[in-house]
Amino acid sequence: MSKVPVSMTINGETYSGDVEPRMLLVHFIREVAGLTGTHIGCDTTSCGACTIQLDGMPIKSCTMFAVQANGHSLKTVEGLATGAEMHPIQEGFMVNHGLQCGYCTPGMMMTSLALLAENPNPSELEIRTAISGNLCRCTGYVNIVRSIQYAADKMREPELAAAGQGD
Amino acid sequence: MAIESPKIMGYGTSPKRKEDPRFLHGKGTYVDDIKLPGMLHMDIVRSPYAHAKITNINIEPALETPGVLAVITGKDLDAAGLAWMPTLMSDTQMVLPVEKVVYQSQEVAAVIATDRYTAADGVMAVEVDYEPLPAVVDPFKALEKDSPLVRPDKGKDTNHIWHWEAGDKDATDKVFADADIVVEEDLYIPRIHVASIETCGCVASYDAVNGKLTIWMTTQAPHAIRTVFSLVSGIPEHKIRVISPDIGGGFGGKVPVYPGYVIAVVASLKTGRPVKWIEDRSENLQADSFARDYHITAQLAADKDGRIRGMKVKTLADHGAADAAANPSKFPAGLFSICTGSYDLEAAHVEVDAVYTTKPPGGVAYRCSFRVTEAVHTIERMVDRLAVELDRDPADLRYQNFIPKENFPYKSPTGWEYDSGDYKQALDVALERIGYEDLRKEQAEKRARGELMGIGISTFTEIVGAGPSNTFDILGIKMFDSAEIRIHPTGSAIVRIGVQTQGQGHETTFAQIVAEELGLPVDNITVEHGDTDTAPYGLGTYASRSTPTAGAATAVAARKIREKAKHIAAHLLECNPDDLEWKDYKFSVKGVPDRSKTMQEIAFAAYTNHPQGMEAGLEAVNYYDPPNLTFPFGAYVCVVDIDPGTGVVKIRRFVAIDDCGTVINPMIVEGQIHGGLTMGMAPSLFEEIPYDENGNNMAGTFMDYLLPTSLETPNWETGNTVTPSPHHPFGAKGVGESPTVGAPPAIVNAVVDALSHLGVKHVDIPMTPWKIHKLITDAQATTA
Amino acid sequence: MIPGKFEYHVPADVGQAAALLRHYDGEAKILAGGQSLIPMMRFRLAQPEHLIDLSKVPGLSYIEERDGHLAIGALTTESELEHNATIRDRYPILKDATDVIADPLVRNLATVGGNIAHADPANDHPAVLLALRADVVATGVDGHRVIPIDEFFLDTFVTGLEPDEILTEIRIPTAKSGTGSAYLKLERKVGDYAIGAVAVSMVVRDGVIAEAGVAMTNVSPYPVRAVQTEAALVGRPATAATFAAAAETASQECEPSGDNRGPEEYKRAVIRTLAERAFSLAAERAN
Repeated sequence: MSKVPVSMTINGETYSGDVEPRMLLVHFIREVAGLTGTHIGCDTTSCGACTIQLDGMPIKSCTMFAVQANGHSLKTVEGLATGAEMHPIQEGFMVNHGLQCGYCTPGMMMTSLALLAENPNPSELEIRTAISGNLCRCTGYVNIVRSIQYAADKMREPELAAAGQGD
Repeated sequence: MAIESPKIMGYGTSPKRKEDPRFLHGKGTYVDDIKLPGMLHMDIVRSPYAHAKITNINIEPALETPGVLAVITGKDLDAAGLAWMPTLMSDTQMVLPVEKVVYQSQEVAAVIATDRYTAADGVMAVEVDYEPLPAVVDPFKALEKDSPLVRPDKGKDTNHIWHWEAGDKDATDKVFADADIVVEEDLYIPRIHVASIETCGCVASYDAVNGKLTIWMTTQAPHAIRTVFSLVSGIPEHKIRVISPDIGGGFGGKVPVYPGYVIAVVASLKTGRPVKWIEDRSENLQADSFARDYHITAQLAADKDGRIRGMKVKTLADHGAADAAANPSKFPAGLFSICTGSYDLEAAHVEVDAVYTTKPPGGVAYRCSFRVTEAVHTIERMVDRLAVELDRDPADLRYQNFIPKENFPYKSPTGWEYDSGDYKQALDVALERIGYEDLRKEQAEKRARGELMGIGISTFTEIVGAGPSNTFDILGIKMFDSAEIRIHPTGSAIVRIGVQTQGQGHETTFAQIVAEELGLPVDNITVEHGDTDTAPYGLGTYASRSTPTAGAATAVAARKIREKAKHIAAHLLECNPDDLEWKDYKFSVKGVPDRSKTMQEIAFAAYTNHPQGMEAGLEAVNYYDPPNLTFPFGAYVCVVDIDPGTGVVKIRRFVAIDDCGTVINPMIVEGQIHGGLTMGMAPSLFEEIPYDENGNNMAGTFMDYLLPTSLETPNWETGNTVTPSPHHPFGAKGVGESPTVGAPPAIVNAVVDALSHLGVKHVDIPMTPWKIHKLITDAQATTA
Repeated sequence: MIPGKFEYHVPADVGQAAALLRHYDGEAKILAGGQSLIPMMRFRLAQPEHLIDLSKVPGLSYIEERDGHLAIGALTTESELEHNATIRDRYPILKDATDVIADPLVRNLATVGGNIAHADPANDHPAVLLALRADVVATGVDGHRVIPIDEFFLDTFVTGLEPDEILTEIRIPTAKSGTGSAYLKLERKVGDYAIGAVAVSMVVRDGVIAEAGVAMTNVSPYPVRAVQTEAALVGRPATAATFAAAAETASQECEPSGDNRGPEEYKRAVIRTLAERAFSLAAERAN
């Protein structure tokens, strides 16, 4: 059962290594790439703490082998900010107290961001549906919904401003 | 040059949380994020049986697995005197068993390997032979004479552990004999699990050169853990450092010491290398301490006019294979005797019997103060039960029986002294907010159409902030808590506290206490905790005790600093300290507000120009011993709709009015309430850990242990009233757990209310669709 | 929870994949979305020695109407189905089902082929395809064959696929005019398997049910069409009375067993409720 070479881009940087085919992608991210912002909370693909984006699509990285991500482009929580400057989704969670212990937060943000890319102005039900694969034990979700709404508004600002100028 | 000075942001303001940036950037440090050179990984072999003799453990095949360095069994620990450990309730628990296992998924052996994959392979390779014994699942049967013994090591011929009672039995019997009406109900508060999203784990690192053991650990109480480790292992306490880094939720489940922690320490001592142990979710749900599991029979005695006079409660507490509850030593049933709630009763008597069964040990809190959820559930259900019996509106009956606000401090019939309360006001606000009268009209119309809708109320009293040291201790360690504040010369500060955040935002709120008390901007104050080498000794965070105890300690320490600062200010202003007043966050000469000194100016002087004869510097420590507990309360109203075709209960609205005294940070308090309500709803509708007749856990993964998602959770509506605690330095009471305690009876009362016209009087949680559907069909069968 | 060791294979086309299956003769498993297989491997309930990853096999992900049927490539993900306009407009039963399969993140990787080939009676697509009278295409070393869905599910986790065959396409007959369909599922929470679910597709002509397909989820040992319930619908007027009577038949016809989701009689009651609602919804959609 030999190791196989794997190489993938995470947050724009290339990470390579020889891994056992059975290595879960989340372990590659955390232990080979050293990006520990992506967490593990269950073993049944239920909690979403390990959510990352694979080619822009949010997935649970505990239910994919690292070898399956060979050649793909991944994004994790560490890829959200520009330096110390927060992405609107991070800002949304901070301003609206959308996190408490912080453990589910990275996965929650990766899911939210993918939602906003597809649906820039989601309803509350659309938000709740989109994050229904990410469990949070601290917040009761109310402030998470508010955080995503904040980010949606903020990300639409340039577009809305442009529309305003056109009037 | 107009630079806006940073804001103080004291009590009642909502600065953004200081801890958030690291979490939002993925830079938090949880235990599993720690990676040390040469670190090994541990995985655990667990029992498939609930009760079985171990006849043989063959570790050889595991040792032959490349990368496996060691396998530890009970015999290894026994040789070192570590096969057993004390629980927080002075019971004993196996670290690794030598003779038999007493619950499914019990730790049987541990494999130490170079990485977690190899460790898992090693676990598969260990061969254990068992001789199954009959499981003891039903706690009532466990007390029967012919029941198999779970703990023969105890030297008793029964599974009974202890009997405890509170209140006045004779006085209660008299009231019951004299009352017009008695209502009785059996309530079961099932076994559940806190299931924080981060499971438990540790990294144990023994440095043989310096003889120092460092343990990074998912614990809510690092100091107490250090002391216990020292006492059990014989390693001097100064050679043990426990670090509780970022914690991914605690809720009570991270208070106990689990066998895995101890084995990891032994493994590090044995191998001389750091050893990491991180449990899986299924291990977490199947072996870690549970909560609740109380079988309650309650009675209320009342007069025909609705005056509630007395209460009797008998309870059987299923503790599993060890009493590993996290209660204060003198309170084996925790604060369960708070069960007379918000009502002015003449007498009450409460009994609890504890019993061993072949299930995992417990019971810890599930985001609640010691056994208070069970108590509140009992009284709030029984009041509704009485309302139905007397055909009274449940709000109305509550108003009639509330302890009036002028009766505080109030001595309860079970001996507690409630500090303050205004229950009527909270219920007024809640009923107004939800539109109670209109809802009752809507309900009547819907009933006429055959639709099922219910309105439920809960007006609970919590008891938190343990506690006064004359009665409260854990393993003999008094339940004070501590704070240490040091002001730097330029007016910034560091605060170290004995409690430990798991998401509550201590780094922000404790900075706000210092900001308010000393007039320093919150941004200039750093809060540290969780490292026993640097933080002052404290008992940790659980039972909503941080603000009532360490919060008070922080305020008292700050006030000590302020007193010294006053003398420095007098020196700087060349006046008598008695001529100074503390106003607008500075000291000024009475009547001459222009002549003043800020804390920043005073801090600089404390290091550069302090009065002759005074010690330099500006710092203080306080170990706060609270004079009493605090008694937060609230009024909750829940509206449910029930689908008669499926039995599904939907929470349409939920209004929560909380009173936790003075609020430090309204944003954080609201967040705590949202989370607490969700953890109140979860066991009401979804969560339970049932066992089959062989003692098999039937909800051992997140596929069957049902944490609510965003779609099952309603949009909580919150509000508050403020009734400060008279004995707390700034009037705060604690809030994190009130909603978990108060929400379940509101939801159950709403469901029973929706079905009451069918003759339904009670339903146990979780109110699963099939259970509700059965109530409806059984009622229809009776009427037909 | 760590999976056991395996050798990993990435064939370039279906032929290679089938050849690998034949070569490893029962020791290999197909890896598509992995959303059922990987959790089973983590619990070591599945310990294949070889995994054959289809992700580099081209041309297995599509949704297109052709030759009198809707063809869905086996590697099409649930979220691709969920967001497809043809499905939404013309095959609402598929949209109903994909909306309630697992959770949105799982749906991004889970494939429709995997959902069926796993032959788990708790999975949602089998009942839907039974109700729609679909066919599946199996591809082996020697070529393709078409298997009617009624002959596909043989027992719990057992299908009519030969050991070296791969499920490559699903064919759903093009919806005739007057067709209405629905899938209604009751679950304990998002991400759960069904307590029970009912799939129905019916053709309504002049107020009368001309054709009907009905199947149910997680209330039988393996997925099977509810022929008695279909008979209780066909030839009768599309009215509430018909639906109630047929729903009663469905509740008798299913074979649930008691578990964490409820006792047997409850599941029968749930099927009755869901069936009645699904039949009305389908009839409404037929108009």
